[in-house]
Amino acid sequence: MSAFRSGGAYSPGRMAAATESGSNTALKRVLAVAAILALLVALWEGYKLLGRATGGTWPFTELEMRPRPGNNSMPHVWDVVAALFGPHRRGGDPLILVMASAVLFTLREALVGFLVGGAFGFALGVLFVRSQATERAFMPYVVASQTIPIIAIAPMVVIWGRQLDVPSWLSVAVIAAFLTFFPVAINTVRGLRSPEATATELFHSYAASPSQRLWKLQVPAALPYIFTSMKISASASVVGAIVGELPAGFGEGLGRALLNYNQVFAADPTKLYAAVLMAAMGGIVFVGLITLAERFTLAGRVREASL
Amino acid sequence: MDFIVDAQQLGKTFEGKAGTVEALRGIDLQLEPGEFVSLIGPSGCGKSTLLRLIGDLLQPTTGSLAVNGKTPQQARIEGDYGIAFQKATLLDWRTVQRNVELPLELAGVEAHARAARTDELLDMVGLADFADHHPWQLSGGMQQRVAIARALSQRPPLLLMDEPFGALDEMTRESMQQELMRIWRDTATTVVFVTHSIPEAVFLSTRVVVMSPRPGRITDRIDIGLPQPRDSGIRESERFFELLTQVREQLRSSDSVS
Amino acid sequence: MSSRRLIPPVLAFAGVIGLWEAVVRLFDIQAFILPAPSAIWTAFIETWEIVWSYGFRTLMEALGGLLGGTVAGVLIAGAVARWSTIRLGAMPFSAAVNAMPIVATAPILNQLFGLTSPVSKMAVVAVMVFFPVMANTARGLAEVDPSELELMRAMAASPFTILRRVRIPNALPFFFSAMKVAVPLSLIGAIIAEYFGGPQDVLGQYITNRAQLFQFPDAWAAILVASLLGIGMYSIVLLAERLFMPWHVSLRLQA
Repeated sequence: MSAFRSGGAYSPGRMAAATESGSNTALKRVLAVAAILALLVALWEGYKLLGRATGGTWPFTELEMRPRPGNNSMPHVWDVVAALFGPHRRGGDPLILVMASAVLFTLREALVGFLVGGAFGFALGVLFVRSQATERAFMPYVVASQTIPIIAIAPMVVIWGRQLDVPSWLSVAVIAAFLTFFPVAINTVRGLRSPEATATELFHSYAASPSQRLWKLQVPAALPYIFTSMKISASASVVGAIVGELPAGFGEGLGRALLNYNQVFAADPTKLYAAVLMAAMGGIVFVGLITLAERFTLAGRVREASL
Repeated sequence: MDFIVDAQQLGKTFEGKAGTVEALRGIDLQLEPGEFVSLIGPSGCGKSTLLRLIGDLLQPTTGSLAVNGKTPQQARIEGDYGIAFQKATLLDWRTVQRNVELPLELAGVEAHARAARTDELLDMVGLADFADHHPWQLSGGMQQRVAIARALSQRPPLLLMDEPFGALDEMTRESMQQELMRIWRDTATTVVFVTHSIPEAVFLSTRVVVMSPRPGRITDRIDIGLPQPRDSGIRESERFFELLTQVREQLRSSDSVS
Repeated sequence: MSSRRLIPPVLAFAGVIGLWEAVVRLFDIQAFILPAPSAIWTAFIETWEIVWSYGFRTLMEALGGLLGGTVAGVLIAGAVARWSTIRLGAMPFSAAVNAMPIVATAPILNQLFGLTSPVSKMAVVAVMVFFPVMANTARGLAEVDPSELELMRAMAASPFTILRRVRIPNALPFFFSAMKVAVPLSLIGAIIAEYFGGPQDVLGQYITNRAQLFQFPDAWAAILVASLLGIGMYSIVLLAERLFMPWHVSLRLQA
């Protein structure tokens, strides 16, 4: 049946072409990212090279190069990588393993809060859509809560919690829950209301119950919005966890690790760089897992062309 | 229970921020089973509103309305009609198959029966090969065919259509009209079809109902006595052009009535 | 928002504050468990000068980083929008950086730019702000309606004219929506960057120091200042948006 001559943006012909170049684009994307990383490494080493050549001043001037390009403050990229696989202290385990466990420690705290906050945020969103009265009453508070710099007060919350005999990991989890709860609630409401008017009319024409409409129309429509806000909240939760660990440098998380390696910077700068690298990987993996979950859940829908 | 749609002095007024809007006034319309009736009129004449009143998606302000011998609400709850909009409104997270079986799923039909009926429907609209595709992979015309299949899933006696081909190009439109004629004959449903297009109304219908600008009233009911089955050759017949002119003139004169 | 609609939330807010105060007094709750609103207000008034001067320093860090990150972001966005090969790598790279805890680089930037210098904090903020601004602006510059581009080409417009008359106006809404994220982020970024060490006369350090001495009313007063600064900065973005994009549909709908 060739009754689709109109084509439109998504005619099967176009679709076939798109899938063919799909794997091509993925490869190109990986290469492009690798190229950017290579460029950054080149800039780093190039800066250091320049510093070695001019003795630490900008060419043709007496101005000192800031930051200092010497190995004491800007180690070579390969030295940092080497430090990762070397012992974390004299006779100790490899730094990479020590950091990995620090990452897991921090992620665990963030994850608990993140999941709980997300679940409650979703529930609140559903409640708001079901009951306009509740929404009118409480939405201003939800919006207002966004003005409090929650991440910024993480250390204070941990100290406060300790006064109330709340274990620090729980305070951090509560912070992560707060960081997730409100944005997820707001995005859930937006997503639940996103279907077009004709879709709601369609469900009305089928005499669908409110709960059928919720689970078969509104929630599937809301999932992209919810995932987007969860990715942002995930990243914020990790930051909140790290910052929350700082005041007493408690536990064996990333906060403690960063403080430790900061202290030995003068003796060995590579360790701090390596630690920061691992912290970065931790965040990327966390958000990466959510992105995978997103890809799986939203499979089949049109994926917005991300250039 | 002779009439499948029986509207008597039907009126609809909207109260809004911009004041009161009288969309429909004094609508008297009786439809016999098996008819194909087009509602045509200028923008804002209330034809879509009338369609939604029949579907109990809106409630009348005055007058009475019976659908399939019941109140519109009863008819809606018992699934006596299927509806198709200008936007196909397919759920983009479901495959074509799952989209077509949506009404059956909501009505609690079990999976095996659903699958069988869906296969039947997809065959009828010629999309059996696309059952596992997603809406974004289909062209506009194909999406509308899925929407029509979905509308017919519960074998309703009445089919309501709100400019379903309005967003398609002319050639696709004509082939879809052909399709619709075949489906109408095969399923023996009554169709209420809202359109802007005079040729479309004349080609498809057994009767064309012309409406005036707001407040919408019925200014004429024109019987289309063209032979069945309607094939594309009819578009070039003299009688077709005569009827086109008749409808056009009726529209023009009702336009100046307001 | 009409003033009438504001009344119920405002009344409710006043009610909550009143209840809070009553509960603290009634149960004689210690300040280190839950400070009373009156105690916070007193602290706010008494420490007014300190808290606002520290707030000013933190604000400077935030603004410095905001400026650097935004300028860099817009410039790189231009390059990214121009060359699609760069764009292919830049977007996933930007997403990855957004996923990582950028504040973890604060200790390194402290070492590189000096612990006591505000520049190290500005650097953290600049990195945080750079990526959302770059990604959004690049999208706005690149994702132009193809028919607009065709129209321009039909009129033999130069690439520069196209940039000025089509791409930049198209990018403005994207830019402003990035700024709405970047501006609050800059203030928060400055505060948490301060936690990794540096001069003590800044808001972040003040909050933590007061908390460690269990002077929670003082800490909350400082947080109040931080919130007010954030709201102020955000309002300026909204004003700027209205100024630069009076035609935008979303604003018209609000009015």
